[in-house]
Amino acid sequence: MEWITRNLPYLMAGISVGGQYALIAIGYTMVYGILRLINFAHGDIFMVAGLIMVYATTVMPIYIAIPLMIVATVLLGFLVERAAYKPLRSAPRMSIMISAIGVSYLLQNLALYVTGGLSQQYPPIPWINDTVTVMGATTKRVTLITPVLTIILVVLLVLLIKKTKIGMAMRAASKDFETSQLMGIKINSVISMTFIIGTFLAAIGSLLFFTNYTGVTPTAGAMPGLKAFVAAVFGGIGSIPGAVIGAFIIGICENIIKGLGWTTFSDAFTFALLIVILIAKPTGLFGEKATDKV
Amino acid sequence: MSNILEVKNLNVSYGGIKAVKDISFAVPKGQVVTLIGANGAGKSSTLRSIVGLVRPENGSIQFKDQELAGLPTDQIVSKGITLVPEGRRVFPDLTVLENLKIGAYMRKDSLDEDLNWVHDLFPRLQERSWQLAGTLSGGEQQMLAIGRALMSRPELIMMDEPSLGLAPIIVQGVFDIIKEINKQGVTILLVEQNANMALRAADLGYVMETGRITLSGTGKELAENDEVKAAYLGKAKE
Repeated sequence: MEWITRNLPYLMAGISVGGQYALIAIGYTMVYGILRLINFAHGDIFMVAGLIMVYATTVMPIYIAIPLMIVATVLLGFLVERAAYKPLRSAPRMSIMISAIGVSYLLQNLALYVTGGLSQQYPPIPWINDTVTVMGATTKRVTLITPVLTIILVVLLVLLIKKTKIGMAMRAASKDFETSQLMGIKINSVISMTFIIGTFLAAIGSLLFFTNYTGVTPTAGAMPGLKAFVAAVFGGIGSIPGAVIGAFIIGICENIIKGLGWTTFSDAFTFALLIVILIAKPTGLFGEKATDKV
Repeated sequence: MSNILEVKNLNVSYGGIKAVKDISFAVPKGQVVTLIGANGAGKSSTLRSIVGLVRPENGSIQFKDQELAGLPTDQIVSKGITLVPEGRRVFPDLTVLENLKIGAYMRKDSLDEDLNWVHDLFPRLQERSWQLAGTLSGGEQQMLAIGRALMSRPELIMMDEPSLGLAPIIVQGVFDIIKEINKQGVTILLVEQNANMALRAADLGYVMETGRITLSGTGKELAENDEVKAAYLGKAKE
């Protein structure tokens, strides 16, 4: 019993962080699935979502700030795609990747300009910030909510992709742009939809993630973004279940390592895992074989 | 008879290389029209420019007296024109039924009637409704590609090499279906390297060589033309 009380907080934290990574990782994996693009700006959009929340709560009540933050983040994701990726639709894949890196630095530097480089205190969100006790272990309520909310959102997303018309169009477009167009599918709408879903989930993820931390800095998106990216690669980039499972595994492993007292190495573990995966099974857990679009 | 499609002085280039040079042709409503020619003659480029997958350099493409040149593909196909692409290009990760449904992506009305029609034409597709399209044989995939095109209820179906890579007996089946679809009122523009079969099925034919239309006539006339015989039908000039 004492062993459980001692280790349960780490496990719970791991599952919770895993859920937050999962919400970011889905954005990476969906965009890759349709555009074959690693959207390097995704982590920074996640950071901007945090900053929007910081500034919004200074002028309005939290129940208005949360939906506003989500809408503003989604709009940002949509605009980034339209401004930085859409004009490069027929350019070589490397160009659009470089454009993504450019957007990443642009957002970081804009954030640096706005915040003056100072860490901005994240507003405490009532209820989910409350402390609860589970089997003798104390934690914040957000730790318990995150995995549940993540699973619900993932199930809804899978239903959207498997059962709806736009989901069918997304699956078709991820395989073959040209033939999808022949079906009358507007490719640009499908791509926008992908970015909208991805940034929506990242916005929710940022709410859950930053609640656990004291502040948001201009580079606050880099580390969670990178880890979510590793999760997406680990699960097999392009696969949504893969990204979710990969994210939970990484979140849990990191926190177990922290629990063992090796906190210093928890980040190193994630990136070592990336190297091992790329060597041993580059397509990840559920990735398809590398077939180029024909 | 009125023309459903009229192409005038069409030019298509890829990065400076002219694939289609100033061609003009017409497709009368309700007929089977074929474009035959060797590899690289510009046949596929012609079809691709009609549906807007490549932008024509200049020239006019009139479908039911509406100009198509320069429009995006989704708008062109919404006017009642569709292309069965070369190599079939079914969506491998979608089921057979989903492939048919996505063919009717732009429609908002009930699909039951059309599904029944396609299933009557291709009973095999009904048997395999829940199978992933990627697991079908080549012939079945071709049926699916044609069925998918029919689901949009087109007035004009263009087919790019529907017989390519199929066994002779299946090729015969494909041409039977083409005639059957045509009998039900759909106009067909067929691009083929299998000139023999294509000319036998066609009311009207055009021969393309290096981006130009060099000959035209009824299917029968072309099949009996000495040059066509020598070049495409494997028969020596008499």
